[in-house]
Amino acid sequence: MKPQPASVRIAAGQGFWGDWLEAPYRQVTGGPVDYLMMDYLAEVTMSILQKQKSRDPSLGYAKDFIPLMERILPIAAERRIKITANAGGVNPRGCAQAVADTARRLRLGGKRRIGVVSGDDLLGRLDGLLARGHELRNLDTGRPLSDVRDRVLSANAYLGAWPVVEALRGGADVVVTGRVTDTGLTLAPMIHAFGWRPDAWDLLAAGTVAGHTIECGAQCSGGNCLVDWERIPDLANVGYPIVDAAPDGTFEIFKHPGTGGRISVAGVTEQLVYEMGNPAEYITPDCIADFTTIRLQQRGKDRVRVSGVRGRPATDKLKVSIGYFYGYKAVGTLVYAWPDAYEKARAADRILRQRLADLGLRFEAVLTEFVGADATHGPLARAAAPPDHLPEVQLRIGVRSPDRAAVERFTREIAPLILNGPPSVTGFAGGRPKPEEIVAYWPALLEKHVVEPCVEVVEV
Amino acid sequence: MKRREHAAEGGAGRSRKRRVPLVKLAHARSGDKGDTANVGLIALKPEYYPILVKHVTAARVARHFKGMISGPVERYELPNLHALNFLLHGALDGGGTISLKTDAQGKVFSTALLRLELELPR
Repeated sequence: MKPQPASVRIAAGQGFWGDWLEAPYRQVTGGPVDYLMMDYLAEVTMSILQKQKSRDPSLGYAKDFIPLMERILPIAAERRIKITANAGGVNPRGCAQAVADTARRLRLGGKRRIGVVSGDDLLGRLDGLLARGHELRNLDTGRPLSDVRDRVLSANAYLGAWPVVEALRGGADVVVTGRVTDTGLTLAPMIHAFGWRPDAWDLLAAGTVAGHTIECGAQCSGGNCLVDWERIPDLANVGYPIVDAAPDGTFEIFKHPGTGGRISVAGVTEQLVYEMGNPAEYITPDCIADFTTIRLQQRGKDRVRVSGVRGRPATDKLKVSIGYFYGYKAVGTLVYAWPDAYEKARAADRILRQRLADLGLRFEAVLTEFVGADATHGPLARAAAPPDHLPEVQLRIGVRSPDRAAVERFTREIAPLILNGPPSVTGFAGGRPKPEEIVAYWPALLEKHVVEPCVEVVEV
Repeated sequence: MKRREHAAEGGAGRSRKRRVPLVKLAHARSGDKGDTANVGLIALKPEYYPILVKHVTAARVARHFKGMISGPVERYELPNLHALNFLLHGALDGGGTISLKTDAQGKVFSTALLRLELELPR
């Protein structure tokens, strides 16, 4: 058995698909780290990827992961940095294949092993599951999946850390996964490095908290941080967070020296409560973490220690993320200028709504916002700052309908207002808005034993 | 900390209370889970936390967001982080991709909550 390391450093490289492309490169070059962790998948991402895969079976993963690997793999190989990423989307094997091709091109053949975690994709198994009595009821509405079965576009179980651990134990240097939880990508290297047991609930919970802390990238190192925001230094050069974990489950959050941003108790706290439900029950496939037990302590500049985390046994269910076709929507905007900017925008909204009604168009929803006056804080904003003298206001109006033709007709009713509505209007250079397909999210639970994660490790 | 103080409604003569904007006592971050927005409200100093617990109740927050959310408000306490977590149900016009809102993911419900003014004893 290999000796247990005293610590393992896991660097966050992407907080979502579309995050800063420079971050992962800076994480592997800015100082010593052991792992690079990258989170690519949001709820809706899987449906987008499923759509791409249906057009071309070789697609269905985060394509920009490949040029990123081209840039990073030689450095990671030299510095023995391992990579965990759920960039595989709905085609982790295709993604791993593309990574392997890249590695060969870089003459890393014989030197790299790539792990693939799949088995999360339930799309082809749905009818069988429903037939066997798994109703996959919507966690929010309680409705059974049979309501929307014919419109389902993707269905993926959230896998936890253990399949990733298995790939690492198999010697993988890069682990590419499908729908593995964001937190699992950070927890797995800790389990692997320290040999944590599957029932070491406090340790697994600690690793889960570590994962939650860094899964949104710079959002815990100074980005999108409200407290004292104007004094957070050098965000242009922001350092992404790194977990420095110990075998006892305590860890510190830090960033590379010379980078911008800030790691403080206040900023880490903001990230801990982000997208939080019941803080005593943060449920993952690996454990239940109790966020009310977390202790934070500032340990010098840009270093926060996290300890005290308690956990409980995992549930016998996995969360399933299902994407289904819902309908269509479109959003149109126009900008009205002083004087009476807000009143003009309101008048334009009234006129537009009357025209939609006169056309006999029916929508599930029509929503008007006045950007600059009330779009984000609604009546609270209007009460605090009466919008009478604003220099400009953007009228933003959206519609939603199962009927594409109604939404399409709406998109043609915006531009006419420029010449046949209230005056001092501009800001329409973007042209007619496009009707957009809505792929909605259907969260459900499924018995764990029904899902069989698949782990492969291939030599490049 | 600069603290703006106002006489409470009804005039200074009648009231022994002062109005304190929540933004002077706390910071916040918000996000989404489906059609629910969550707001994590964090005391700027540990000694402010009991004030938040006492005055920023679920009922008070529900009143604050009246007309902006269609469902109930739940509150959870995290004394270890000097923070409260609020779940605002029915806040996001269906949420995620369905929503037509600018703030479809509830990212700025955080600062909307900080507009709350507390009436505290002098």
